[in-house]
Amino acid sequence: MSEMGLLASDNAREFITFRIGSQYFCIDILCVREIRGWTPATALPRAPRFVRGVINLRGIVLPVVDLAERFGFAPAEPTPRNVIIVAQTSRQVVGLLVDAVSDIVVVAKDRLQPTPDVGSDAAKAFVEGVMAIEDRLVSLVSLETLMPCAKGEAA
Amino acid sequence: MDAMNAIRETFFQECDEQLGELETGLLSMVEGAGDAETVNAVFRAVHSIKGGAGAFKLKTLVKFAHGFETTLDKIRNGQLSPDSAVLKTMLRAADLLADLVREARSGSTGDDARLDELLADLQSHLADTAPTATLREDSNPFEALGFQPLALCLDDDASPDNPDTPSDSEYVITFMPKPELYTSGNETTRLLRELCRLGDAQVECIDTELPLIADIDPEGAYLTWRIKLRSKEDLAAIKAVFEFVDDDCTLDISIITPLSTTADDPVNLESGAERVVDFPNQKLGEQQGAASIAGANDLRALHTSASVLTPGASSKAGVDAIKAEAAANSNAQQSTIRVDLDRVDRLINLVGELVINQAMLSQRVHEAGFGIVPSVSAGLDDLEHLTRDIQESVMAIRAQPVRQLFQRMSRIVREVADATGKSVRLKTEGENAEVDRTVIERLADPLTHMIRNAVDHGLESPEVRLAAGKPEQGEVRLSAAHKSGRVVIEVCDDGAGIDRSRVKSIAIRKGLIPADAQLTDSELDNLLFLPGFSTAESVSSISGRGVGMDVVKRSIQALGGRISISSQPGRGSTFSMSLPLTLAVLDGMVVKVADQTLVIPLTSILETLKPKPSEVHGLGPDSHVIGIRGGFTPLIDVAVALGFRTTRSDPLSGVTLLVETGEGVRGALIVDAIQDQRQVVIKSLEANYGHVDGIAAATILGDGRIALILDADAIVSAVSRNNYPNEALLAIG
Repeated sequence: MSEMGLLASDNAREFITFRIGSQYFCIDILCVREIRGWTPATALPRAPRFVRGVINLRGIVLPVVDLAERFGFAPAEPTPRNVIIVAQTSRQVVGLLVDAVSDIVVVAKDRLQPTPDVGSDAAKAFVEGVMAIEDRLVSLVSLETLMPCAKGEAA
Repeated sequence: MDAMNAIRETFFQECDEQLGELETGLLSMVEGAGDAETVNAVFRAVHSIKGGAGAFKLKTLVKFAHGFETTLDKIRNGQLSPDSAVLKTMLRAADLLADLVREARSGSTGDDARLDELLADLQSHLADTAPTATLREDSNPFEALGFQPLALCLDDDASPDNPDTPSDSEYVITFMPKPELYTSGNETTRLLRELCRLGDAQVECIDTELPLIADIDPEGAYLTWRIKLRSKEDLAAIKAVFEFVDDDCTLDISIITPLSTTADDPVNLESGAERVVDFPNQKLGEQQGAASIAGANDLRALHTSASVLTPGASSKAGVDAIKAEAAANSNAQQSTIRVDLDRVDRLINLVGELVINQAMLSQRVHEAGFGIVPSVSAGLDDLEHLTRDIQESVMAIRAQPVRQLFQRMSRIVREVADATGKSVRLKTEGENAEVDRTVIERLADPLTHMIRNAVDHGLESPEVRLAAGKPEQGEVRLSAAHKSGRVVIEVCDDGAGIDRSRVKSIAIRKGLIPADAQLTDSELDNLLFLPGFSTAESVSSISGRGVGMDVVKRSIQALGGRISISSQPGRGSTFSMSLPLTLAVLDGMVVKVADQTLVIPLTSILETLKPKPSEVHGLGPDSHVIGIRGGFTPLIDVAVALGFRTTRSDPLSGVTLLVETGEGVRGALIVDAIQDQRQVVIKSLEANYGHVDGIAAATILGDGRIALILDADAIVSAVSRNNYPNEALLAIG
């Protein structure tokens, strides 16, 4: 079935795939507001290490999460070639710092498999499921668990 | 139901405006400045609220507004002279009306006893009026379009005061639309349907005026309807159907017979029904073609007789009121529009972006070396002026005059004066000064408290005043004025002033100052702002609500404002508040801390200084204090407090900013360098991230990067909680 046909059949989801180090991840394209280049962020006091700081997205104060650091890889050394994916979660807008955006893929829903049990806490917490695309393993990132509940927010 | 809610919301917004008008009008009547137009405006305000409340079936509100309106009507037509006793009742009624509107808005129910009591009071004033209520009617209501107020006698009979005894009445309504009715988009069918909903209606169309087809103006109006209606509703309800077309038609409503509907008299009901039988029983859709000339002539006859029957020139006063109201409304529509606050805020945000963008553009043009080209630099200058102008204009949209806020205060003064048995006059000045809406909203509570204080504590009792050779009536002055980009609001009383010896003894008793402290007058006055200080010997219901001036001071500071007292014994006290015009921007000092750019609000900074080695003293293993003016203030390294650096820098290497928190605790903040002082646009950090201790908000600087706005209060309080000596005590001692 063609990609368009697959999408129309309501049986598929569209994802944006991106690379961090040598691994591939994806998020639902409906969550993505825009993709922009890296700009230096303003550090936040007492923020977790994976929060690189905040940047100015046309007047919105946008927190940037270093996904490499969040997933337990070596923290990114951002260059202008790095990319920030601006994503909308249920509570907020957040920027995801990744190495590169690779593709937009349409995948039948039944190709999404549960996360294999691999002992890594990060994998369990942030990966909703995995799928094979062109012989690559692509992990679906769970956006809702990425950001910590900041202090005072729960109150 | 969203549309309905929106209309309801609009109604309540309009109510607020009407209540404001009502109060202004009544107050100017109290001042003796009330001419006929003032009385009319007051009447219109109550009438509009009643009308709207009826549409939303707010029975209590309608009931009270009706009683209120009836008394106002007597004043309007000169039967009741507005002496001070009457006006006092009126003002109380206005207060209650405001309460009822608020209750209706929140859906709660209030104190019925107070309502009944006031209604009785209003009624008692009515009883004083001359028994000229039975006014003769004028057979042609249009001759009387000039102002000639008449009592709505019918309303009294069928008013909601006795809703338990509804009785059927039979009305004959002659409705002759003018062309304007159609051109303004009204539809007779809808009006007639509305009437049919009120009861049993027989509608007849009279087409005698219909010209030959060749002479017909397609936009003319030639048809007249006569409706025979049997309904439990009162005349006002019927008139309400035509409320919006009143100007555009000839309307005559007459009551034929009020019919009894009591169960033991079914015959009467029967005969009532019989009486309408001889009217052609027609359906709405068929009216136009089916009317007969004979029937129309009959109707003519009936019409004339009905006019004669019309009791109390039913509609004249109402017509006047509605007409005047329509005129007022159309004026208001021309000068204002209602806009959703969100839209305004979005616009303000966008303009904020524009300003930042303009700054960035100009910086880049200069960096690229084009800045020296005269045409380019002139263009950039124009752009800068334009963006500033746009920003100021947009900020002005959110600005509102403080008038409404001041009007609310006159009520507080009345209530407190009544409760304390004092006679007080509130004088307001500068009501037209405009401030950001949010500032006004958040100013209401502290200002209420200060006004209460001024009347309750500030002013002496009438006997004491007379003994001191002052007029018996005390005066509280509330003024607003713009001063150098801020608004200064003053609450002034002509009372006894602050009793400094008492203030001192209380402060000593409460352990706020050492017993042997030597304080200046102004330092003594400022003790009032210390938490836990209250001079009221007995906790009265008015001022002693556990909120002291410290809370007032904190609220003002939360708004980015400052408050000060000055007092002269025997002459009175003045509380002066200086507030920012808007909360969207603030004046801040741009500083460098550990390679980060931070903004510190100017309002919290007392002074900046470069510490000398002799002033800095070590205290404990790794903390320092600075000796300023005989007191010791803890030195706080901002970089360490925010976690940007782990080791303390040398206190002598940087610049020190002396800041004071809302509680009066001082701290000396060490920063690396001061860069600039400028106005910054405030951006929320909470929206997409969350609260960060020590950070109030964020802003965007000229280079497009985000800078954090320091919460000086939080930083200093966090340090003072860590067992630092209480500076407030040390400085005083």
